[in-house]
Amino acid sequence: MIKIVKRDQPSKAIFFFTPVLAIFLTLIAGGIIFYILGFKPFEALKFFFIVPIADKYGFSELLLKATPLCLIAIGLSFCFKSNNWNIGAEGQLTFGAIVSGGVALLFYDQEGFFILPIVILAGAIGGMIYASIPAILKTYFNTNEILVSLMLVYVSKLILDYLVVGPWSNPEGFNFPETRQFSDSARLPLLFEGLRIHAGIFLALAAVVISWFVFYKTYLGFQMKVSGFSLKTAKYAGYKGKKMIILVFLISGACAGLAGVGEITGPIGQLHREVSPDYGFTAIIVAFLGRLHPVGIIFASLVVAITYLGAETAQIFMQIPKYTGQVFQGMILFFLLASDYLLFFKFKLIGSKK
Amino acid sequence: MIVDVNFVGLIIASIMASAVPLILASCGELITERSGVLNLGVEGMMIIGAISGFALMTVTGSLIIAVFGAMLAGVLISTIFAFLTQTLITNHVATGLALTIFGIGISAMIGKNFVGIPGKEFPVLFEGLKDTIPLLSPILFGHSIVFYFAFALPFITGYFLKKTKIGLIVRAVGDSPESASNQGINVRFVRYACILYGGAMCGLAGAYLSMIYTPQWIENMTGGRGWIALALVVFSTWNPIKILIGAMIFGGLTIIQFHMQAIGVRIPVQFLTALPYIVTIIVLVVISRDSRKIRLSTPSSLGKSFHKDN
Repeated sequence: MIKIVKRDQPSKAIFFFTPVLAIFLTLIAGGIIFYILGFKPFEALKFFFIVPIADKYGFSELLLKATPLCLIAIGLSFCFKSNNWNIGAEGQLTFGAIVSGGVALLFYDQEGFFILPIVILAGAIGGMIYASIPAILKTYFNTNEILVSLMLVYVSKLILDYLVVGPWSNPEGFNFPETRQFSDSARLPLLFEGLRIHAGIFLALAAVVISWFVFYKTYLGFQMKVSGFSLKTAKYAGYKGKKMIILVFLISGACAGLAGVGEITGPIGQLHREVSPDYGFTAIIVAFLGRLHPVGIIFASLVVAITYLGAETAQIFMQIPKYTGQVFQGMILFFLLASDYLLFFKFKLIGSKK
Repeated sequence: MIVDVNFVGLIIASIMASAVPLILASCGELITERSGVLNLGVEGMMIIGAISGFALMTVTGSLIIAVFGAMLAGVLISTIFAFLTQTLITNHVATGLALTIFGIGISAMIGKNFVGIPGKEFPVLFEGLKDTIPLLSPILFGHSIVFYFAFALPFITGYFLKKTKIGLIVRAVGDSPESASNQGINVRFVRYACILYGGAMCGLAGAYLSMIYTPQWIENMTGGRGWIALALVVFSTWNPIKILIGAMIFGGLTIIQFHMQAIGVRIPVQFLTALPYIVTIIVLVVISRDSRKIRLSTPSSLGKSFHKDN
């Protein structure tokens, strides 16, 4: 007989093993779904997870998609570690893109080395401003940050829509919902000829290094961990709870805003209706899959980025609807959460007694 | 200017119609939350209900099968949430988010073949009485059965929670799972039931959107209504009657934008569309400012996992 026993302590090894297990289970479940839809499971999975990254171009696309996911997830890990549920990164990304795009448009007919830094900074500030709304409402008005940050996603997308259709639309653009092209000085440089991967990846890597340092080498990181573990303990220890809430939201907003900068000043070079294919929401999954650990988040962002590419490839070659990507993302999170059970419980084989 | 009273009645009726999905989903979520479970998957469950209802209607041709099928689909998808949060003790917030992402994806996947298909006419009740009483007739008569059910639901829910024994058990489980468990109540079973009930109501809310209100299948057609329904539960301070008021306000905001556009008010359409979301935030701030009142009315164990061996 198998009995479920509670572990004395959560298992550290399993903590890092379950994400791998979750991915494995997702692949199996995905294969089953493909089978139900009438495809050969292995072939479909191959088109989904291997074909898209089999060549140089595909690998560059993978990094291109993983960059914003990693950047946003790093920011979110500050929030989630300290028990703040910022689920509106998509809105912070959009608002960051709006502000940085607005600045880039001011300089649309100018060149100069000073432009790009200003544009990048504007994006970070835009994201911070937008993230400060749920943070301030939470700290001073006791308002649920989940609902506020989420409502703001819809608002930001409507602001963007208004701007690109109306006042910011390209005067020579035949009424297409897009702005002028930014000048080359406002663009993040491409890293290789013919590939779309751009310098935004360095922003993501910098965020990884900085967050690792803050989490594991500073007092602030320790405070965040304690607050996440138990708010009561944090209060008892005299940590400034309100300041920390605002700080983690600002960090997370800045990261999302930077991801927005990467989206518009990278390969696209203008503002248009859809700056992000829901990177802000997907990054929540990335943060969890990466165990809120900077290195884990790098791996997780690569894995989840494949679901974006795979969905596109599978749609082209097998006419599998592109939403399969979201289905996979949801399943990864389900399986990850489910396999967390193994952290706290173990199965024990005991002799069958009556 | 002569104001046609029947026109006013029609506007009120259209506000009520757009409040229906909010009332259904909120009342369902309210029961779930009263048992101590926070299910953020409302949007996902609604969209699953929307596509299931529409697909079943198109394939089987039966409205009854479609409506109950949508509710069943809501139950099935919420079973995943229940199993994860209650049996595997996962975090409510993360699991609810996964449910929403999964729901939106899978509904779009199923719905691919149903885009652009026209809906069927849904039968309405008391149509013969439509011209009998000025002003009141359009409000009272000529609506679908789901419409009448939605407006009865807050009262039924209130009665259930306050006056019935099962309602008392649900509240006990939400307020103090430990003492409920000590009284011999199976906390996990009660919570499972409340989650599945919430799923059924969200499924019905979705079916109303795709089969009666719109009526056709459009990707992502819930458009944030699930999140507004969640906000309405907070707004109501977990009192079902107040859900009715809140849903009417939000229904009103949705309808007003159409009329403002129709009479040519020079406000950007995006601003009007954003209004319900902005008002939700403002309302949440006003309601939550009084932290004592919120703490008194929130189910004490909301969002916290309960495990008997703990």
